[in-house]
Amino acid sequence: MPEVLKEKEQNKLTAKDFSSDQDIRWCPGCGDYSILKQVQSVMPELGIPKEDIVFVSGIGCSSRFPYYMNTYGMHSIHGRATAIASGLKASRPNLSVWIVTGDGDSLAIGGNHFIHLLRRNFDVNILLFNNQIYGLTKGQYSPTSEIGKRTKSTPAGSLDHPFNPLALSLGADSTFIARALDRDPKHLKEILLRAERHKGTSLVEIYQNCNIFNDGAFGSFTDKSAKKDNSLYLEQGKPLVFGADDDKGIVLDGFQAKIVSLTDGKTSLDDLWIHDEKDRNKANILVRFFDDNASDASALPRPFGVFYQEDRNTYEDGLTAQLKKEVELKGSPDLNKLLAGANTWEKKS
Amino acid sequence: MTLEKENTEIQKVLEKVTILYAGDSGDGIQLIGNQFTNNTALYGNDLSTFPDFPAEIRAPLGTLAGVSGFQINFGNVEVFTPGDLCDVLVAMNAASLKKNLSRLKKRGTIIVNTAGFDKKNLRLAGIDPADNPLTNSSLEGFKVHEVDITKMTRENLKESSLGSKERDRCKNMFVLGFIYWIYNRSLDSTIDFLELKFKGKQEVLKANLKVLKSGYHFADTSETFSNRFEIKPAEMEAGQYRNIIGNQATALGLIAAAHRSEMNLFYGGYPITPASDILHELAKHKNFGIKTFQAEDEIAGVCSAIGASFGGDLAITASSGPGVALKAEAIGLAVMMELPLVVINVQRGGPSTGLPTKTEQSDLLQVMYGRNGEAPMPVIAAQSPSDCFEMAYEACRISVEHMTPVFLLTDGYIANGAEPWKFPSAEALEPIALKVKDPRAEEDAPYLPYKRNEDLVREWAIPGTPGVEHRLGGLEKDKETGNVSYEPENHQEMVKIRAAKVNRIAKHIPKQELDSGTTNSKLLILGWGSTYGAIKTAAKELKSEGVDVAHAQIRYIHPFPENLGEILSNFDQVIIPELNDGQLIKLIRDRYLIDAKGLNKIKGLPFQAQEIKEEVLNHLK
Repeated sequence: MPEVLKEKEQNKLTAKDFSSDQDIRWCPGCGDYSILKQVQSVMPELGIPKEDIVFVSGIGCSSRFPYYMNTYGMHSIHGRATAIASGLKASRPNLSVWIVTGDGDSLAIGGNHFIHLLRRNFDVNILLFNNQIYGLTKGQYSPTSEIGKRTKSTPAGSLDHPFNPLALSLGADSTFIARALDRDPKHLKEILLRAERHKGTSLVEIYQNCNIFNDGAFGSFTDKSAKKDNSLYLEQGKPLVFGADDDKGIVLDGFQAKIVSLTDGKTSLDDLWIHDEKDRNKANILVRFFDDNASDASALPRPFGVFYQEDRNTYEDGLTAQLKKEVELKGSPDLNKLLAGANTWEKKS
Repeated sequence: MTLEKENTEIQKVLEKVTILYAGDSGDGIQLIGNQFTNNTALYGNDLSTFPDFPAEIRAPLGTLAGVSGFQINFGNVEVFTPGDLCDVLVAMNAASLKKNLSRLKKRGTIIVNTAGFDKKNLRLAGIDPADNPLTNSSLEGFKVHEVDITKMTRENLKESSLGSKERDRCKNMFVLGFIYWIYNRSLDSTIDFLELKFKGKQEVLKANLKVLKSGYHFADTSETFSNRFEIKPAEMEAGQYRNIIGNQATALGLIAAAHRSEMNLFYGGYPITPASDILHELAKHKNFGIKTFQAEDEIAGVCSAIGASFGGDLAITASSGPGVALKAEAIGLAVMMELPLVVINVQRGGPSTGLPTKTEQSDLLQVMYGRNGEAPMPVIAAQSPSDCFEMAYEACRISVEHMTPVFLLTDGYIANGAEPWKFPSAEALEPIALKVKDPRAEEDAPYLPYKRNEDLVREWAIPGTPGVEHRLGGLEKDKETGNVSYEPENHQEMVKIRAAKVNRIAKHIPKQELDSGTTNSKLLILGWGSTYGAIKTAAKELKSEGVDVAHAQIRYIHPFPENLGEILSNFDQVIIPELNDGQLIKLIRDRYLIDAKGLNKIKGLPFQAQEIKEEVLNHLK
């Protein structure tokens, strides 16, 4: 490509440049639209040429995502986007690889690849759209649905305990864990930027409303009246404060997180838990802020933001270094030598 | 090492010998088998081997289930199989004798380790101690050499600081030394091997060397054998040779294809018998830039390869039947996306876990048809250990030049078997005609990722290339734009196009040839894959007995070579021997509507030439 063209691409790209010519086929009102918009708008800010970006997805509503991005993309098979992206990143470490997946795709059929991707720490970004339901197959409960969920496949209520996706990810030694919401686009965009800038696997769980099969699943974190009391926005180095008037905080009592009032004069901001993304122990407690009964006053708020970030070698860097070292040890490739092996003999005619 | 002048003057010259080494799976049988093989290859004999071992790493000691065998057939004439019956049986214990006696020729030679015939070993082998074959005259007619190998090994190592278990482990070296003397061989190749293997373990090295030489000298001085044998180097085509094992050849074929074509090789896989050695071999040569990725499961193995292929690498996955079953959905994705991918199925006995360490050709229909929807793929098969090299190279070529996943079939028999290989020079290997899409300016007309050339092959547009960004996926796509399409007419057309694309590969593969015989022969033996050696041997022997048969071995199964139908039309009788219950025969009958007859062996073992001869003679009665 002519240098001029390349320059133009990098300098002038807008969200529109990342929008493909395909009609979007999600249901009207679906939370996916908001996420797509934020992803498209964050792309020009990354400073990465369009041709170096790849979106890989599995199967499910969210997995239609790559068709709508004017980048390279692959809409693959159910649960395997993580495995495909691993191979792609191993083969082409310089690409910016984004995995778009859902709660069924990544945590049910693709659960195995999901945890293995995290432990290997490929430098890719996982956008896990969690709507706590199977949408594309028309409304069965998912691995993140709450116990007792009544769906077409569980008319008497589901029996299985749900996954806590962030606790699972931390258990699999993920190096970047964050949560965002489809209905808070500004925050979502910030998190997407953070995810791309993290070197290693970035896991972003995005609460996404399925207005057809599970409408309002995250209402307590999005409805104006309730969200402030139920959500806790994490900021590095800042105390954990939440509530309608920023009137509540979190203190750490031993290993126990407790809600305290900031208005009764007993606790000040200085007494609160200060968020530290590098603290794995605290992250372990934070990801467990997962009470379902949000109406209970003692229930902990649901955190959003970056829970944990760690710098650890990526798989592809390890691979590149190993290949280089092998050349140092064994010398440049010599195919004739390889074909001959260690022992040869000659037959004379 | 320089050996003292032998006191045995007479050397009996033989044309061909088959030795079966048998013992407990912990006795180091495979190791001495491989050592003898390398030694034989270096000596210049033609050879073929058949390692046969239990699925369990340490099966119950001393039992029939735990018997490990290694058969080698070598000669100064052309050798195509590990031999039907053996001339020499080495039996380290009672179980190995009981299990293998039927494979010994009449008046054959038995070398037994008498320590393996004590009460305990007899009981473990299910033999009444009162009925010890060494004493009950049941071995009459065979030439039996009884040696207390265990005792001699211990005697040798009296002074060693090794523990008793470690000392006993050296007894395989006694056998090897013993056999080396009988066949008038140098110990050098094994001494070199031991020195490398036990580098830094001086005591173990010393012990092994001592026992090896002791076995050699014992054969010399004990006058167990009145003469030594010599099998003169074989008459083979002039050139450089080496010994090669099938899985190793497969790996080298992949490396060579990538290297010659200046592509990066990516291998994603999961360990499975008998395919793992391909991964092991590739991982040894990472200085070629090979990326080996041991995935979390078979599915991730193939999916990572698909990801790498999307990224522009020459992508490979290998497995055996059970793993290939798991990969099927992803392979269908590669068919749909029309990306290159080589899938190697090193077949083993099935169904299910089946016979993991035994050979079979029963996955042919699996790889032909085992995917959902209409998902045609090229299928090719290697016919011998060294042919794995050529066919692996071919699989890569077809896959990249035709933008399609390709199946390469080998099986446990040729994957673990060895033979001399007249290896090519790198320069003689034709690079793959790799065509990747160039960058283009955005202003041009929309990029059409599914536009095709005259062979119906689409372009490979690789991420990182500006102006040709596109989306692939498993959904049916419009025939040019690649956009999702549910149009009825488009789907039918795309199904036909994908099939026609594979069929057109027939124009780019070699024509079928007769391996022996002529189109005037009375009968055609039509084989595929690893049955080559046994059929070739049978055909050769039949010819020398005055029976006129032809032999053709198919290596390109889908599509078949263009002239195969014409060849078949010359014969009134066609016999198709297969190590399955009749799979190629279904494809042949379906395609050519001929009344071919099957010869099916499903015992986890390769054909013996004799079995094929008998079947042919039955048909010609």
